[in-house]
Amino acid sequence: MTAPLTLSARNLCRRYGQRDVVQNVSLELGRGEVLGLLGHNGAGKSTTLQMLTGTLTPHSGKVEICGFNLQQQPDQAKACIGYLPETPPLYREMRVDDYLIFAAKLHRVPKSLLPGALDETKQRCGLQKSGRKIIGTLSKGYQQRVGIAQAIIHRPQVIVLDEPTVGLDPAQIREIRSLIRELGDAHSVILSTHLLSEVENVCDRVEIMQKGRLIYGDSSARMQQYGYQPGFVVTLLAPPPLDELQGIAGVENVEALSGTRFRIMHAMEANTSAVLLALAAERGWQAQQLTPLKGSIEDVYTQITENEPA
Amino acid sequence: MIFTIANKEFRSLFATPSTWLILGALQFIFAWFFLARLDAYLQVQAQLAFVANAPGATMTIASPLFGTLALMLMMLIPLFTMRLLAEERRNQTLVFLLAAPVSSSQIVIGKFLSLLLFISLVIASCTLMLAILGFGTYLDFGLLLANALGLLLLTASYAALGLYLSALTKQPIVAALSATALSFGLWLIDIGGADNANALRALSPTAHAQSLNAGLIFSADIIYFTLFIATFLLLTIRRVNNNRLYA
Repeated sequence: MTAPLTLSARNLCRRYGQRDVVQNVSLELGRGEVLGLLGHNGAGKSTTLQMLTGTLTPHSGKVEICGFNLQQQPDQAKACIGYLPETPPLYREMRVDDYLIFAAKLHRVPKSLLPGALDETKQRCGLQKSGRKIIGTLSKGYQQRVGIAQAIIHRPQVIVLDEPTVGLDPAQIREIRSLIRELGDAHSVILSTHLLSEVENVCDRVEIMQKGRLIYGDSSARMQQYGYQPGFVVTLLAPPPLDELQGIAGVENVEALSGTRFRIMHAMEANTSAVLLALAAERGWQAQQLTPLKGSIEDVYTQITENEPA
Repeated sequence: MIFTIANKEFRSLFATPSTWLILGALQFIFAWFFLARLDAYLQVQAQLAFVANAPGATMTIASPLFGTLALMLMMLIPLFTMRLLAEERRNQTLVFLLAAPVSSSQIVIGKFLSLLLFISLVIASCTLMLAILGFGTYLDFGLLLANALGLLLLTASYAALGLYLSALTKQPIVAALSATALSFGLWLIDIGGADNANALRALSPTAHAQSLNAGLIFSADIIYFTLFIATFLLLTIRRVNNNRLYA
């Protein structure tokens, strides 16, 4: 890794009662990197993020943020973090502007920089027209934006977002994802999610969490290959007999989904789709649609957990 | 940092209509008692003139009114303390403060200061109301100020107690009820102990406010109130800190 480290966590452990919720989690994050923490509900994602932001003390392990130890120099370390918890921490009776200024002051933004920071943050989060509104009257999507705004108003080095797109409509999700991408250029971002598509679209790197452990970590592109199954679904309006499809070079298995749709699995390296399309043009099968099979998070999990001794 | 938090809390107090309503009602009731006291004083004033060393207007009107105000505030302060931490936990906004670069003590002291400022406003407005007696008679300002100080210390103790109970629960109403019950209990200890030597009475804040009510400032009383407030603030800080340990 070439970029300077902004966050490093080593061997974090956390128990609730007798139950180990997080075990031996170590994370590193460089500047300008977006890390996705992927896992099912209850995998320990939120607990890990709480420990990274100092709202929960780990039973053992160490967190360093921008070189400051979170336990020993909490004030300096926390000034470098912006945190959006699962439920956005909003004071419903406050106005958006007042709330954001309060957040900025708490994070020690100097008074002279306040108006600039406020305007910039509102512009980034699309809140220009909501400044005078009372937070309790905003819709869920806008409240989420205010939540993100309070996390970035002091321009922290590390931004921690706990499921930032939950409960938003698709258009808002797209906007927030592009905002996160944009933030990832200058800051380091950790976000937790249980959506694979979020990771694909936003993250540079993925860590998968299961039962309180990190079971897999790699670049986002390579993880998708992990779940990648060599195959595709093709629609042929004038299909040939199954045997003919089976006979194409590299094809391992053909399954008819309906009269015109076929799922074709092929060997890893073979370029079967191109061959099939060429044949279809040549023999008049009327190929209409070809969708590569995508690994779902379930597939990735199954594959990864199969390899891991549980 | 402390003042940023205090400022925000103070503004939030006035953002709810119920605060204004309670303040208005309090002023009204206090003015009512004031008039009644004044009336009673005017009726006995002629006889007082024949008594040697008769108590003045301040002693007969103002001091008992401060006692009444203390009782009213004892019941009202839990309504203002209940939200301070319980609601933050219920709405999950406490995380916001815990994740910010502020210590638990700054959070707690900030909240306590906002309340103290609020209470001082209430006491100041009531003291001002009594000060208009000065237009008609000679007023013992020393006694008036000693009373105001006593009331401030007494109510600050209730505020610290209420703040601690608010830190214990997620339900503001539970915090309010338990704070009222405890301050009521402490008051009962005071009025229940018939003789002055009763050791139990020393526990009660109202017992320590009595000499201030009569215009006597004893350092023992001041120390008692300081200790009472400090103890509950420390307990609250501990409690807020525990949120990081057992979330």
